[in-house]
Parts: sequence; structure tokens; C-alpha cells
Amino acid sequence: MATPPDARHRQTWRSRLHRWDSKGSPYAFVAPFFLLFAAFGLFPLLYTGWLSLHQVSLYNVNQARWVGFQNYLDLFTGAPSRFFWNALRNTITLGTLSTVPQLAIAIGLAHLLNYRLRGRGFLRTALLAPYATSVAAATLVFALIFSPEGGMANWVIHLFGFGPVNWEAGKWTSQFAIATIVTWRWTGYNALIYLAAMQAVPGELYEAAAIDGAGRLRQFWHVTVPALRPTILFTVVISTIGATQLFGEPFLFGGQSGHQGGADNQYETLGVLMYDQGFHDSMLGRASAVAWTMFALLLLLGLANALIARRLRRAQ
Amino acid sequence: MHQARTTRPRRTALLGAGALAATAVLLAGCSSSVGAPSAAPSGQKITLTVGDFGTFGYKEAGLFDAYMAAHPNITIKEDTTTAEADYWTALQTHLAAGSGMDDVQALEVGRIALATSDALSSAFVDLSKAPGVDKGDYLPWKWQQATTSDGRTIGLGTDVGPMAICYRQDLFQAAGLPSDPAAVSALWAGDWSKYVEQGKAFQAKAPKGTYFMDTATGLFNGVVSSSTQQYYKGGKLDYKDSPSVKSAWDLAMQADAAGLSEGLKEFDPPWQTAFAQSSFATTICPSWQQANIQKYSGTANAGKWNIAQAPAAGNWGGSFLAVPSSGKHRAEAEALVAWLTAPEQQAKVFQAVGNIPSNQGAYSLSAVSDYRNPYIGPNAPTGQIFSAAAKAIQPAETGPHAGDLQDDFSNGILLVEQNHKSAGDAWNTTVQQIDSSIQ
Repeated sequence: MATPPDARHRQTWRSRLHRWDSKGSPYAFVAPFFLLFAAFGLFPLLYTGWLSLHQVSLYNVNQARWVGFQNYLDLFTGAPSRFFWNALRNTITLGTLSTVPQLAIAIGLAHLLNYRLRGRGFLRTALLAPYATSVAAATLVFALIFSPEGGMANWVIHLFGFGPVNWEAGKWTSQFAIATIVTWRWTGYNALIYLAAMQAVPGELYEAAAIDGAGRLRQFWHVTVPALRPTILFTVVISTIGATQLFGEPFLFGGQSGHQGGADNQYETLGVLMYDQGFHDSMLGRASAVAWTMFALLLLLGLANALIARRLRRAQ
Repeated sequence: MHQARTTRPRRTALLGAGALAATAVLLAGCSSSVGAPSAAPSGQKITLTVGDFGTFGYKEAGLFDAYMAAHPNITIKEDTTTAEADYWTALQTHLAAGSGMDDVQALEVGRIALATSDALSSAFVDLSKAPGVDKGDYLPWKWQQATTSDGRTIGLGTDVGPMAICYRQDLFQAAGLPSDPAAVSALWAGDWSKYVEQGKAFQAKAPKGTYFMDTATGLFNGVVSSSTQQYYKGGKLDYKDSPSVKSAWDLAMQADAAGLSEGLKEFDPPWQTAFAQSSFATTICPSWQQANIQKYSGTANAGKWNIAQAPAAGNWGGSFLAVPSSGKHRAEAEALVAWLTAPEQQAKVFQAVGNIPSNQGAYSLSAVSDYRNPYIGPNAPTGQIFSAAAKAIQPAETGPHAGDLQDDFSNGILLVEQNHKSAGDAWNTTVQQIDSSIQ
């Protein structure tokens, strides 16, 4: 006698369920991320792109007027272009001033911590403390250090016989001060990444180098740095993205004129410009244009990075 | 609250309220009975929500409790936000959506030109026809600020920020200037350029390392704020041809060139530190500035500050109460707003947190007219100085970008004071900044 029809039905139902389960479950598991990304990443991105083609006030988001690429034209050649190019230059100089010393110090620190040291665990944890500090708190403290009225920085340079500097007012002095905050916050973070990578370098390489008579400095240059090349590239990319989006430090450092990056826009970054246009001058369209320009810039940087990475891999 | 949106950080407003609350303890002795409110409509129990920001002082002065006791059917809930910027952002969203608003919403003076514009004014009830509201009670210019072009008044004034000049009595004496409030007021009465002239006299004999003023931006704001034509004319931005902007700019440049200004950025930490270091002798002093002076100068400088009239009356700050037209209990909300802004209630708020009343009736109440600040010139007639300034303020045309322009010009003066640009370069940069920030 054949199997009862309903039992067969049940079997096929079960196997179908199983098939759906094995095929569908992975999608269900990754769905939350992609749904959230669509809601909080993709939609804002597209909406910002749409806004950037309109003249729209923060006060009346529903009354947007189509202007095509006018916002971008304004930004590159119109009335606000002076501020845009200035912000782009500042982003590059501030980014360089903060990223280069930050990574150089981080790799040096990691190299030292990689040796046997008393209290190594404590030192490693302490490295992360600045990273765990909030931007606001760190910036407030540094604003006091670089204050022209009784600030510590002026006291220190006074010891060397220099007169007081109004750190916030000058283009380079203010950028130096802000770069110090960024460097202070992120050096430990990068040092830990380097340290993790260094632990993966085979000890024999160091032993061999030592037998060949290489000191610690030579070991660093000829063993550590080459082995760390992919990690260095990774941190450079991450830091570059961070530097391009630099906002909190200059914004808070400037106090009353922070929204425009200082009285003379001397440390206005693209991030600060975007905030100023959107939330201070309530021009959402133009702020969105800045946002998309930053996005395009990051895509370009990502592309350049991919090319360099491929070169490096071929060279090895 | 009582501040210009873009020129004073919310933080100082709170500190100001806090410090003045301390002085209120000394004044708490005198209090009058709750004014008899109008009869409560129907017996139905309702809840009124009042949306405001920072410190409006109603809770501190016990006004909500008194109103609820007199109206057993009404419960008042205060929906308060610390930062005005956050409050305004949320209110904008609610206005755009046409829902979610409180029965009463507060509006800051920096937003009032926008709220009375065609785009937003229909969202609010015309309060000029509300029972118990008399236009004549309020300061005319304050009333005018909340009135739309078609004559609807959408907000009743809560407080104002009349300006005085706070000065260091000891430094004035050291420089051989008169130091009594009346004599100091007379030094520059009626003319801001006399203020600059006195600055030169001060600077000639000033103690080493001291300046006449903290920053020339205060002077600039003082001159513009006390003029009838400011940044707008005929509904359009007209700052390039405005006589007050020009004379304010020139005076500020003159003060800077003569070395009268320490060149500090208002409200920033170096400015705060300079109070304690006694490095400048005068600062522009809207009512709320007293709290900053006391806080930053510290106990070591108690009794050294004094207060004099400004060369001309001007206003810096102040708020309004409005009733959204989408509210369910509009009549009750109107009655509450009318009661809260009546003289007796404003005088109580003044005692509790120091907000200067906008209702003229309050100035003759002894709680206001006899007020003296125990920290700043204990013998100076502070209440009278501020009441006189408030009454003398002339109406000026304002517009949606007025606050931003004040900010941009303050910044332009800093370009000369801190970044050592020439006056011409600084002017051009300021104009570029304004042009690029208005679409």
C-alpha cells in the first residue's frame, strides 16, 4: 500500500521547509544589518544627494526648489567657493599634521612595548585611555592648555625665552593645537593595532637579525617595518578617513566661532563647513553638496589605496 | 530665555539664571499675593503643557502651583529643554508636521522674526485679541517684534535684555576717572563716541596691563542695538548702507586702533579668565551679564564692579510665549499666557531668576525698581538702570538673519583684534561671509 497522501504531503512540506531554512536563514540573519543600513545609511545618503540638487531651508524642508547642480557650482566657483577651497586646504594640512606624527609615534611606542617590560599590561591599557576620553572633554582641556591667558603651552615656550602666542588666532598655531588633540587621542589606538601585528612577526627573524649584529633600531627598520606593511596601510586608510571627516576637535576648540572654524576660518575643515552651512546658515542643499563632495573625495582615496595595496602585493 | 541666539552660549544663560537665583534668596522676603486670575472656563479637567527652554523661572517663582491652586480643573505640565537650539530644532519639526506641539510654546528673540514670517506665523494664535491682554501694557517695541506684517501678534513678551555698562570702580579710580554710577553714566550719556573718548582718557593713565574694554565687539553690538535702523530696511537686508552699522564699525576700529580693547572673544575661556585677572575695566552689560561677571570675577573681586547706564538704550536678548493654533485648549492656554506675562508674575520671575520684565507695569513695582545687586555696586540703582533702559529702547526693524549678522560682524571685529587684519580686509571678509551664508 502506498503512503497515505497526507503523510507524503507532510514529508514534502518538511523537506521544503528545510530547503527554505538552509537557503533563507543566512539572509534572515544578515537582514537586520542591511535593513538598518538601508534606513540609516543608504536612505540618508540618497536623500542627501537629492537635497544637494535643491535650494532648501532647514526651516522648510518640504519646500525644496530644484536648482540642479547649482549648489556644486556655487561651492566650486560661486560666493562660498572661497570658504570651500579654504576648508579643503585646511582638511589636508590638518589631516597631515595629525596623521603623520600620530602613526609615527604609534609605531615607535608599539615597538618599545613589544619588548619585555615591567608593567607591560598596565602600559598597554593606559595607551587606550586617551582614545576612551570623549572628544569634548579632551578638547576642553587642550583649549585651556593653549589659552593665551595663563595657558600651559605659553608657559612652556616662555621657559625657552619665547613670547606668548595666541594659539587659536593663527592659522598654523591653531592647526598645530588641534592636530595635538587628534594625535593625543588616536596614537594609543594605533599603537595597539601595530602591537597586535608585531606579535605575529616570527621571533626567529629578530634572533637571526641579532646574530647578524643588528641593534634594536636596525631590527625595527629591517624586520618590523617590512612585516608591518599591510597593517601600516590599513591604519593610514583609517586615519585618512578620520582626518577627512575631522569635525569635533576644531568645532569645539573654536568656542564661539567654532562653527566656522575660527574667526578667520583658519581651521575650518570640510566637516565644520558642512555643519556651518546646514545648521548655522540653515542651507541644507548646500550642506548636502558638501557632504557629497566629501563622499566623492573618500571614494577617490579608497581607490588610490586599493591601487597602492595591489602594487605592494605584487612587489612582495 | 533672555539671550541672543547666536551670540551667547546656552551654558551662560543657565549659569546666569543660577547665580541670580542666589541673589533672589536675599530678596525672597518681599512677595505679594497671587493676582486674581480670570474665572476658569467650564468644570472639565484639562492638562496644559508649556514648552520652554533653559530657565523661564515659572517653576522657581512658584507660578504654576499658584495657577493650579486658583484653577482646580487645570493641571500644568512644563516640557522644558536645556538648550534653546535643541528646543527650536524639535519645535521646527513639529511645526512642519503640524502636530506634537505643546499648548504653550516659548520663542526666543532670535527666532521671532522667523516665527512671524509668512511661512510660520499661521501656526500660532493671534494673542492681541485674547481676554485680559492689553497692548499698552507691553513695551511697544517688544510687542512689535512678535507682530506679523498683517497685524497679528503671535507672542507675548516674557523678558527683555536691556543694556547697561558694567565697570571696575577701582580701575576707574586708579585712572583718575569718576567712579560713582551717576557720574560715570554722565561721562558718556547719549553718545557712544563719548564712551570711546573716555576709553582714551582711561588708557592714558590706566594701571599697567589693563584695558578699557574686553572686546570691541561689545561696543559694536551696543551701537547697533541702540539704533532704530539696524541690519534691515523695508523688509530687506541693508547692512552695507545702514548708518548704525557703519558708525558701530568705525567706532570699534577706532577703539582697537587706540589700544582700548583687550581683544577677547566673548564667552570663551580666555574671556572668562580675564575677569578674574582684572585686566579690563568695562564690559557691555545686558541684565543677564551680571551673573557672568559675578561668576568669573570671583569672590576676590567682590564690590569692585559697578554698573552705569549705557550711552544709549539697547536690547540684547529676551523671549515670548506663543499659543499654537493646533492646540486643543487654546482659550485656556491664552488665559495662562496672559496671566504669566502680567506685571505681578513677571516681577516674581525677576526676583526668582533675574529676568527683566517686558511688561511696563512691572517697572513701578518695588520688587523691580528697588532691586540692587549685592555683588555689583551694592549701592547702584540696578533695577532703575535696567527699567529705564528697557523703557527707552526704540523699536527697530529686524529680520530672519539679524542674529546671524550680529554674529558675523562680531567675528569681523575679531579679525582685526586677534588676526591683525586691516580694517578694510576685515570688512571685505565679513561681507563675503554674509553673502555666502544667505541664499
